[in-house]
Amino acid sequence: MAKYLLLKHYRGAPAAVNDVPMDRWTPEEISAHVGYMNDFAARLEGTGEFVDGQALAPEGMFVRYDGEGRPPVTDGPFAETKDLIAGWMVIDVDSYERAIELAGELSAAPGAGGKPIHEWLEVRPFLGSAPTITECHGHG
Amino acid sequence: MNEALLRSLTPSVLGILVRRGADFAAAEDAVQDALVEAVRVWPADSPRDPKGWLITVAWRKFLDATRADAARRRREDLVDEEPAPGPAPAVDDTLQLYFLCAHPSLTPSSAVALTLRAVGGLTTRQIAQAYLVPEATMAQRISRAKRTVSGVRFDQPGDVATVLRVLYLVFNEGYSGDVDLAAESIRLTRRLAAAIDHPEVAGLLALMLLHHARRATRTAPDGSLVPLAEQDRGRWDTASIAEGVEILQAALALDRLGEFQAQAAIAALHADAPTAEETDWVQIVEWYDELARLTDSPVVRLNRAVAVGEADGPRAGLAALAALDDSLPRRAAVAAYLHERDGDLATAAGLYAEAARKAPNLAERDHLTRQAARLNARRRR
Repeated sequence: MAKYLLLKHYRGAPAAVNDVPMDRWTPEEISAHVGYMNDFAARLEGTGEFVDGQALAPEGMFVRYDGEGRPPVTDGPFAETKDLIAGWMVIDVDSYERAIELAGELSAAPGAGGKPIHEWLEVRPFLGSAPTITECHGHG
Repeated sequence: MNEALLRSLTPSVLGILVRRGADFAAAEDAVQDALVEAVRVWPADSPRDPKGWLITVAWRKFLDATRADAARRRREDLVDEEPAPGPAPAVDDTLQLYFLCAHPSLTPSSAVALTLRAVGGLTTRQIAQAYLVPEATMAQRISRAKRTVSGVRFDQPGDVATVLRVLYLVFNEGYSGDVDLAAESIRLTRRLAAAIDHPEVAGLLALMLLHHARRATRTAPDGSLVPLAEQDRGRWDTASIAEGVEILQAALALDRLGEFQAQAAIAALHADAPTAEETDWVQIVEWYDELARLTDSPVVRLNRAVAVGEADGPRAGLAALAALDDSLPRRAAVAAYLHERDGDLATAAGLYAEAARKAPNLAERDHLTRQAARLNARRRR
């Protein structure tokens, strides 16, 4: 099993095919979308592949250490040009192919006109822990 | 086995151990161990005197733990004097426990966790699940909290207001995991109300009951929020409303008004209206004026603006809103609502979209996005 992060972006990903802001959908289309997302997570719980899912507020800022005895420096809210993460789902699946398949299904969530959004999702493998047995790889 | 009964015995058993000389932290661990043992043993062999059983087992757990701890050898004198088994002392330390667990030296999250465990009898795992943090994190939070209050004398009088804030926080957390925190906080507040005669304790209990009565109608089957005006009032829990109103009236009769009584009065006026249109908004505005006098909170003034909008029209509501800071959470949502009622759909739609971007949780965000979408769809027609 390997864990993958499916990242959804407010900004920074290539434009979706069906790229209409949500407040321009009909209320029914919004309900259909929310229902699809909930069903997707519930289905992955059912298959034993769901780990976590969270949404992030669009506001935020950068922070860094500014030296002993000084308060941290902040920069933000994020500039319009910055990549902005909207949320994520963590899945634990048997193969890379399965992770891609699931990301594709998530991207098919319905949007304006009830048609799939075709949203670009970022798929990132977790760096897992080192295996106990490495001999079989020929360099143990 | 009745888990509610078991957990309701927690504070008095813990109080008795502390009175016998156990320090709070060790006694609290011992009571938890005894609760776990009870869950294991009682289904097959239920004791005739559950409280006596818990006291005996918890005290034994305490002795075992203390004896095992070589660094605590100096306590041997104390623990060897095992008190004779017999009826539990009549004195109830429940109130002292509430004060200790909500001690001002604790952070709100620590006070919440400690209260749920030491007074509520929940396990660390249940509390962790309810607050969506790892069990190890919650265990650390609880043990740090116990260390923080370890120097506090058990018989010191505490501050009711801090206890009420903790219980209010628990209630507002609602429902997640396998523990119903709203029901749990009502149980704990009911217990507190039985231990101390205080109008604000009664006010908080009434407030909780009146809100809890509407719970089934606050979300649609698909999980989306249903605003107060659109809730199915026929499904409100009338027994819970009647109890809340009765408790509130008794508290108000004492003539020592506080913010929880005022909030409960507003909730009672909503509960009392057969339809949303029949809501007595004039009286609700008066209660918000009382609340503003008591707390001077900007959140109160925001809610007051909504009430003014209903009582005197949306323009009056917008005028009340104008004095409030733009950065106030949910201000955009209130402004959107008032502009919609005033017939300015374009402004309202824009404000709903802005409010959605600033929403503090997904349910509210989805709700506000739907509102913006509804108005935009209407404007396209």
